[in-house]
Amino acid sequence: MPHPSRFAATASAALVTLSLAAPLAAAPDPADWEAVREAARGQTVYWNAWGGDTRTNDYIAWVAERLAAKHDVEVVHVKLDDTSSAVSRVVAEKAAGNDSDGSIDLIWINGENFAAMKQRDLLYGPFAEALPHFALTRPQANPEVVTDFTLPTEGYESPWGKAQITFYYDSEEIGGDSAEIETPPASIEALLDWAEANPGRFTYPRVPDFTGSTFLKQALIALTDEREALYAPVEASDFTAVTAPLWDYLDALHPHLWRSGRQFPASGPELRSLMGNGELSLAFTFYPSEPAAAVADHELPPSTRSYVLDEGTLGNVHFVAIPFNSPHKAGALVLANFLLSPEAQAHKQDLAVWGDRTVLDVAHLPADTRALFDLDESNPAMLPATALGKTLAEPHPSWMDALEAAWQARYVGE
Amino acid sequence: MLLRLTPALIVALLVSPILAGVAMALLPAFGYLPALGGEALTLAPWRELLAQPGLARSVGVSFASGLVTTAVSLGVVLLFLADATGSRLDRWLRRLVSPLLSLPHAAAAFGLAFLIAPSGQVARLLSPGLTGWERPPDLLIVQDPWGLSLMAGLILKEIPFLLLMSLAALPQLEAPRRVAMARSLGYRPTLAWLKVVAPALYPLIRLPVYAVIAYASSVVDVAMILGPTLPPTLAVSILTWSHDPDLTQRFLAAAGAVLQLGVTLAALAGWWGLECLVRRLGRRWVDGGQRRRGDSLLRTTGKGALLAATLIAFAGLGGLALHSLAGFWRFPDALPATLTLTHWARALPALGSPIATTLIIAVSATLLALLLALAALENEQRTGRHPAEGRLASALTLLYLPLIVPQIAFLFGLVILLESLGLRARLALVIFGHLLFVLPYVFLSLSEAYRRFDPRWSQLALTLGSSRNGAFWRVRLPMLLAPVLTAAAVGLAVSIGQYLPTQLLGAGRIATVTTEAVALAAGANRRVIGVWALVQASLPLLGFVIAIGVPRLLWRHRRGLRGTP
Repeated sequence: MPHPSRFAATASAALVTLSLAAPLAAAPDPADWEAVREAARGQTVYWNAWGGDTRTNDYIAWVAERLAAKHDVEVVHVKLDDTSSAVSRVVAEKAAGNDSDGSIDLIWINGENFAAMKQRDLLYGPFAEALPHFALTRPQANPEVVTDFTLPTEGYESPWGKAQITFYYDSEEIGGDSAEIETPPASIEALLDWAEANPGRFTYPRVPDFTGSTFLKQALIALTDEREALYAPVEASDFTAVTAPLWDYLDALHPHLWRSGRQFPASGPELRSLMGNGELSLAFTFYPSEPAAAVADHELPPSTRSYVLDEGTLGNVHFVAIPFNSPHKAGALVLANFLLSPEAQAHKQDLAVWGDRTVLDVAHLPADTRALFDLDESNPAMLPATALGKTLAEPHPSWMDALEAAWQARYVGE
Repeated sequence: MLLRLTPALIVALLVSPILAGVAMALLPAFGYLPALGGEALTLAPWRELLAQPGLARSVGVSFASGLVTTAVSLGVVLLFLADATGSRLDRWLRRLVSPLLSLPHAAAAFGLAFLIAPSGQVARLLSPGLTGWERPPDLLIVQDPWGLSLMAGLILKEIPFLLLMSLAALPQLEAPRRVAMARSLGYRPTLAWLKVVAPALYPLIRLPVYAVIAYASSVVDVAMILGPTLPPTLAVSILTWSHDPDLTQRFLAAAGAVLQLGVTLAALAGWWGLECLVRRLGRRWVDGGQRRRGDSLLRTTGKGALLAATLIAFAGLGGLALHSLAGFWRFPDALPATLTLTHWARALPALGSPIATTLIIAVSATLLALLLALAALENEQRTGRHPAEGRLASALTLLYLPLIVPQIAFLFGLVILLESLGLRARLALVIFGHLLFVLPYVFLSLSEAYRRFDPRWSQLALTLGSSRNGAFWRVRLPMLLAPVLTAAAVGLAVSIGQYLPTQLLGAGRIATVTTEAVALAAGANRRVIGVWALVQASLPLLGFVIAIGVPRLLWRHRRGLRGTP
């Protein structure tokens, strides 16, 4: 016969044992890299990373395979729908007094999430400079790898990849309903005219999705008269005055958007999906190679073309960081270092894999390694490499939160 | 004796986490959560909640979804049953509906979304021939602000549930004799059923109906796929607030969770009001003695609606399969230009570990639930107490508590509680969380067969010198193999479909096919979603195949024990 109460006793005993048996790991000293590698052996690293795109997920799975083979470190990809939920978890763990056995070992992060974690002392570090491969990014010549939305990273996060807003369209389709407009809009102002002429054929992801929020910032930079105010904390300026042109613009734009601006897609990948289904004629992405990669994946038609706006588009670097209470810091360090290796960076940039641009200073790599990073310029869906020179810097992270809140107050539940 | 303690144990197991969870949502809702610096009681979280943009709309959609979904599903089921004459179409429909019960909500929602989207299969089939659309029309269909597509998705899944619950309850009512009596008085068959069987049937399925109301007013995964977005439904908003890095938002989320409890209770109260109204009007209708009017209309509606719902659900599954194989698929082509196995080949390496985790959780939760349900039912048999009579036994009605208290309302509080206790045995917690929802369904699906089991078989075993335990193991359990396995299959299906308990209690670290499929929804690649949703839909089916196959194999020489599929 079943003995339920005895079972319950065993189960609760098991619960207690499991929670007590958690590993306790002292913080390793990243300066002693050999010791770090030794300590990392056999560790399991829980890497919390946005999991909304299969190409990214596949790349992370490849990293996990390589790390298990090379360093005997197991990597588990915890797929997030929004990075802020990982930040929230670390905050909650700190509040509950969990200082050494957190559930997250590495976070894919940048911008306002990094600012929030750093400000609350939730990050381990500084560690980035100690990673053997970090020197390959040549930070003195490329300040963007140590700057995150205007804030110096101070070694609390390690660069992983580069993103830049890239527009794309179907070159056989763009003529649209209005035959006069045959070229896609080259500025934020022209975008409004284009949307008026082609109603329902453009949209942006629903704020606070990061691609959607980035569109707001892109438009704000183009429209505001006080651009320099955006590079200081939002409290230092008159938010209403600085952003007034943005809201006028959006009020004018929304009626001409997809679903008349009454609904917005959930994410950048959903924009891509809507392009593939023919619901949109023009879209944008944070990953310059995404359109070309999507053509290869049968998601977009071969007539897809990419471009950036004339005055440039927002670009940033994305990073990985280690929470202060990670129990597997050595493993996380080894993982962060592997992500910076030419092998991992070249594989990431491969169009057939992910297509995310490298943070290494390719021109200064040895010649044979450099060849790994050659971009396929012949791919017609691909953005010309020269276009990426026109990069606008990200505003101070506080603007992101303020813009998101203002957008929601204005457009949610109208 | 341990057996006698089972009902108490079950009640404690189900009720205490829910009470604790609700309590831990109530305290922070009024500003009390010392771990986050909330030391005093305050109404600030409520003021903040009321200031949220679009709150009234969120609440309205959640409330309406609870009532409309239930009313439509119940209406279709009753009208179908009223006209079920045992024709070939009826039997065929019933057989088709059963597997739909095992279809996870998320998979059904994806299928519907792909079908009805402006660039979905229906629009493609009709375009450009009938519609003239060369491009997808700019229509707001999926995720509409009124939650209509959300309700449609829920109705697809609640019809099978209520139908099977009704079919299980009907044999107690001797419906054919009642209808025959009414017909001898000149009533047309459908009207006869509605007037003499439906009023007796409804009290027997009232609790499942309440469970549908609670579910539809607080669901998270379906609302993320089909529900409105500006703003989302209340349950989805709560989840977003509870993930905010700004921890003061947890107070807001707690107030939201309490509000959700209120919205669900209001929907239940609203339904109760409707019950009273229908009872009153219905009595007048029955007393009126109308024997013919409306019969043929009612007749076609029920059958037509059930047929439509079933076909839509299956067409959605077909759409998922087609998308999982599609190459580039330009609108308005009815079929993809090329078919490819790339999406499957790409997903295969990633499928293994979530499938394994899903099965470990589902099998553990189901075995535990079976153990408890069998012990409770055996205890009921031995003490001779029937559900309504004994005190503890009737307390088993509390089994429905996890199905009626909105998941988000108590799971949220439970997570706060576990975090402050520092409990981190995640897999065990997730299994326990699933048990809360698996146990009621296993118990419900097993209890009917168990209670109807002819007691003379056991008495015979006892007179032949067998002990009570011996009679259980060697007579009752083998003879009840078919219903036990069916209950297990139901349990597996319930566990496989769970989203919120896995996500919250597993700290996001435990990946099952359901959490993966919903996470991928953000990426909106229909091909990848197609692969995952199909995998998600096929896992529970395996359970039912086993449940039907094993008794047939084992008892191939004992026709009476094979059970009815």
